[in-house]
Amino acid sequence: MEWRDQGVILSSRKYGEYDVILEVLTREHGRHAGIVKGGIGRRHRGNVQPGNEVTVTWRGRLETHLGTYSVELLRARSVAFLYNPAKLAALNSCCSLLCSAMAENEAHEILLDGLLAFLTELEAAKDQIDYWGPLLIRWELGLLTELGFGLNLDDCAATGSTENLIYVSPKSGHAVSCDAGEPYKDKMLKLPRFLTENGVEANIADIKEGLELMNFFIERHMLAPFNKKTPQARRMLMEHIL
Amino acid sequence: MYKSPSNNNELDHLISLLSKIPGLGPRSARRAALQLIKKKDVLMRPLANALASVAENVHPCSICGNLDVENPCHICESSKRDRSLICVIEDVADLWALERAGSFRGLYHVIGGTLSALDGVGPDDLNISGLVERASDPELKEVIIATNATVDGQTTAHYITEQLKQFEINITRLAHGVPIGGELDYLDDGTLITALNSRRPF
Repeated sequence: MEWRDQGVILSSRKYGEYDVILEVLTREHGRHAGIVKGGIGRRHRGNVQPGNEVTVTWRGRLETHLGTYSVELLRARSVAFLYNPAKLAALNSCCSLLCSAMAENEAHEILLDGLLAFLTELEAAKDQIDYWGPLLIRWELGLLTELGFGLNLDDCAATGSTENLIYVSPKSGHAVSCDAGEPYKDKMLKLPRFLTENGVEANIADIKEGLELMNFFIERHMLAPFNKKTPQARRMLMEHIL
Repeated sequence: MYKSPSNNNELDHLISLLSKIPGLGPRSARRAALQLIKKKDVLMRPLANALASVAENVHPCSICGNLDVENPCHICESSKRDRSLICVIEDVADLWALERAGSFRGLYHVIGGTLSALDGVGPDDLNISGLVERASDPELKEVIIATNATVDGQTTAHYITEQLKQFEINITRLAHGVPIGGELDYLDDGTLITALNSRRPF
């Protein structure tokens, strides 16, 4: 069997002395792994870094086999983030979340487009997290939605109001207005304003709330069913910001 | 699965052990074993003695993580070394490479790998706490971070920088870019982008 597809490298793990096992988020084949022969070598090592956009050709005897990849670099995106700790932490966080949460060989074209769009914005954004933090949180919200665990942040779960939405119910993932959520405010998750109102600038506190909100639902819906915890890369991103 | 050519357990065991050495597969392990047997006195016995001696005497240095027969190692003990400089490297192989180049006269610190979320390597699995301890030495002026120019290597470098921020020392990293003898036409995009971004006055 053989196919050719485009995608973004999610992880690159050493396999034996010379090879690497590459996980790529591809357009038509979803998260797919394969061995890159000689991937450790000088010629390939720079190309097989997480975040790089590549064209891969996969070959294997059966669809279920690990198979081998040959890799052509389309765009060396990872280089843009190597020297900025926060941006590199964001890249690592996105890649490890996709590796942990996505089923293998299940196409999610929208996730690839979302990741490419986010990486493009991240590359262009100023270094401070205020500029790109909200985008990262929106990307995580999109990841939850695409994998079937979307949050409803359009109106209040209790009153239907679209004003003053400042909480999210941990049970339903539905937004809750200030008045309706007041009696349960200790149990509610905080909803940053930039997720419900357009044109609102986010500060560090908002971004922290947003990341904690996403972390709660990512852990509960996407990781806990597989006995997984928040990936180390995402924890490091949170630590970096906090 | 390795198929025995000899029906000899001891020889098979030797071949099987040799085939586990990096760079050797079963076929080259068989060739190596044959060579060793043919040159028992000049190769096999000295090699066996050398292996036994290294196994007995070589240990990681308790300060820097280098491999040596002494603890602390000869680099940490040397009075000719510049004690205001520490170069942080991933592995002992990197230390040997820098020593081969002969242009670094400071001390080293081997952290023993890189942070890797997927392989489950966290900060506690690396020798970073030892580096933080060494950084409190008032004699130390600069820490050079020489981790690889990969995503994992740089993630580790940023983590180390974060840990060393509390000390009044310069934290630097190795330059990344065009290698000596490298032709631009053959360089990968990432190296070219880095080289352009790190350009300096001529």
